[in-house]
Amino acid sequence: MEPSLIVSERSVEEAAVERSGAEILIEALTDLGVEFVFGYPGGAVLPIYDALFRQSGIRHILVRQEGGAVHAAEGYARSTGKPGVVLVTSGPGATNAITGIADALMDSIPIVVITGQVPTALIGTDAFQECDTVGITRHCSKHNYLVKDPAKLGAIIHEAFYLATSGRPGPVVVDLPKDVQVATAEYRKPAAISHKTYRPQVEPDSALIEAAVEMLASAERPILYTGGGIINAGPEATRSLRELAELTGAPVTSTLMGLGALPASSAQWLGMLGMHGTYEANMAMNRADLILCVGARFDDRVTGRLDAFSPTSKKIHIDIDRSSINKNVRVHLPIVADAGRALARMVELWRERQHKAPDTRDWWSRITGWRARNSLDFPPSASEIMPQHAIRRLWEATKQRSPIISTEVGQHQMWAAQHFGFDAPNKWLTSGGLGTMGYGLPAAIGAQLGHPDALVIDIAGEASILMNIQEMSTAVQYRLPVKVFILNNEYMGMVRQWQELTYSSRYSESYSQALPDFVKLAEAYGWKGLRIEKPDELDGGIAAMLAHDGPVMVDCRVAKLANCFPMIPSGAAHTEMILQANEVSGEMDDEAKALV
Amino acid sequence: MRLKAEATERHTLSILVDNEAGILARIAGLFSARGYNIESLTVADVSHDLAVSRITIVTSGSAHVMEQILAQLERLVPVHKVTDLTSLGPHVERELALVKVAGTGEHRIEAMRLADIYRARVLDATTGSFVFELTGGTEKINTFIDLMREVGLVEVARTGVVAIARGREAA
Ligand SMILES: Cc1ncc(C[n+]2csc(CCOP(=O)(O)OP(=O)(O)O)c2C)c(N)n1
Ligand SMILES: [Mg+2]
Repeated sequence: MEPSLIVSERSVEEAAVERSGAEILIEALTDLGVEFVFGYPGGAVLPIYDALFRQSGIRHILVRQEGGAVHAAEGYARSTGKPGVVLVTSGPGATNAITGIADALMDSIPIVVITGQVPTALIGTDAFQECDTVGITRHCSKHNYLVKDPAKLGAIIHEAFYLATSGRPGPVVVDLPKDVQVATAEYRKPAAISHKTYRPQVEPDSALIEAAVEMLASAERPILYTGGGIINAGPEATRSLRELAELTGAPVTSTLMGLGALPASSAQWLGMLGMHGTYEANMAMNRADLILCVGARFDDRVTGRLDAFSPTSKKIHIDIDRSSINKNVRVHLPIVADAGRALARMVELWRERQHKAPDTRDWWSRITGWRARNSLDFPPSASEIMPQHAIRRLWEATKQRSPIISTEVGQHQMWAAQHFGFDAPNKWLTSGGLGTMGYGLPAAIGAQLGHPDALVIDIAGEASILMNIQEMSTAVQYRLPVKVFILNNEYMGMVRQWQELTYSSRYSESYSQALPDFVKLAEAYGWKGLRIEKPDELDGGIAAMLAHDGPVMVDCRVAKLANCFPMIPSGAAHTEMILQANEVSGEMDDEAKALV
Repeated sequence: MRLKAEATERHTLSILVDNEAGILARIAGLFSARGYNIESLTVADVSHDLAVSRITIVTSGSAHVMEQILAQLERLVPVHKVTDLTSLGPHVERELALVKVAGTGEHRIEAMRLADIYRARVLDATTGSFVFELTGGTEKINTFIDLMREVGLVEVARTGVVAIARGREAA
């Protein structure tokens, strides 16, 4: 496949020497400033592993399963803003990486995945450990390449990084046959990148920005609905969002992926919206007269029933991906641009025109009314640890240290989103779009490597953590002091919750049977293991976890049957939230059963 | 529970792409992955250096789905340009069909007479069969094939639609 990169200028140090494809790869990664490669060796990448051995600039992190490598790269990328790099062998190495690649596509995480491939002459012969990696990853990557010529490899690697990190970020796969790793060619570092077909629109159209500012200035019931795009757009985007929120006085809500862009401690923060969002966030979306959506994509977890979604509002949608606009919800003013650039321009223009903050006193008094429902409240218990309470205590105990939190998938993930307050971006690593159990531990490992001094905690469920438990060994090898805080309810709680809501509590296969003793498991891996069983042990247990200078796994036994509320059942409107467990019905009809 | 379908409209899209390995799979796969229809698809190099191909796709969908199809196609890295010729307006569409009929006597004479009216050319003839070549819009070809059914249709091969905008500008 031809690289479409136009190399505008040769760099000065013309390197006429020929190198092997493997060396070219390492050289290009070095030129791109790569610190870590998360990987696992095998026959089809041996030349690359040999080239890695003979250099010292790039650190290889040996995971215990390729799936772990991709999530670790995602955690590194999401927490540092830099692309994550993965190296795996052909066949099973590549197929093990697929889940992570799909995960990164859904959540727009910049990663570059290099997969070994059988030698070009053997492609198509069902050779040992051959699989059609470009075929398999075609629709779960942002782009992919099969490299057949070592002379093109350098340019392709640079292009792959450019694609992964620019526009709407995402995973890019480079499949590298073994003979191409061995064959030699010249490599020159490209000086500047411009692509002949791929040109993301970064700068917003000024007429549209003007229209957006005027709409916002004259709104009576505005709301800012923000998403992961703001985090991806970097720290300036977060700053501009905070400025715009301050200038307009508008309430702000965000998707799961956007938490931390506006500090949770801000008076304007309404909490997350959507299926497990707050009552005030969802009601405000429903009653608003203007929604400014920035870097979010109106997905089904956010909108609830589409025909009842925010019926009275005008909608402005800022997104770098045109295909996200008007996909699920029709908007009045689409703006294709980088979230940060668009927000900065709006702030500028707002100031230039000396707009006053619209009078939102009435609007805020309604919001205050909704807030008073305290939708995140949960029934207290003296005998059992309520999982929500555990998260609140964990937050209280760690917030001074501005921790990086990753999660697995399930109730614990939603409780973390609801009850842990994020005051800064890049501190929250969770699998939103794909909802991948097993994401949290490797993601925490990647984040810890990117932030050696940070406190990194994976808030886990007892079922999810078992999906990539082998990565405990990776943490030990690289002396990473990650903490895993398991909210152990002995159930795949989120599955059980849906079975209660939809199937009259027929708990089909959702009980976590035959669990390991997590404390002994921790010890077997060389971690510290702790168990917290009673409410009065909670704070002490958290303190003991934090006091240990090394990896710790905490088996926190929580109320087994607690459910995550508030909740908009799938297919219901924002105004039809279930606030408490006793509102839950037994059996749903077929239409409801068919919804995701 | 019964599944429902949405009302759709037929559109002809013209897509200029880098002529690289796997490009057709990328485009066709996007359609199947996102549940869009393909009624026909044609592809060939159209630049002097063979670097760019034009893919013509006839698809159908609601206005909203059409908008998504265009946006999703444009998002693919090797895609240069996507044009919805149907919404653009004046354009010409053609396809080519090869139609084999077999028969004797009245049927054979009638097949020849109809071919003449439809300006089909005879590419192959035996004492008991013809292969006709016919170019035209999809409707015309459909009608011709329907007529041939009555006089001994054996088999059909069609190219699918190719299309281009009218006037002097490139679409
Ligand atoms: C890889 C994968 N398989 C299945 C699911 C479906 N799923 C979503 S949540 C969940 C249960 C998770 O249980 P646990 O980790 O104990 O978390 P809890 O909900 O109990 O907090 C399952 C099976 C998923 N999200 N990911
Ligand atoms: Mg559980």
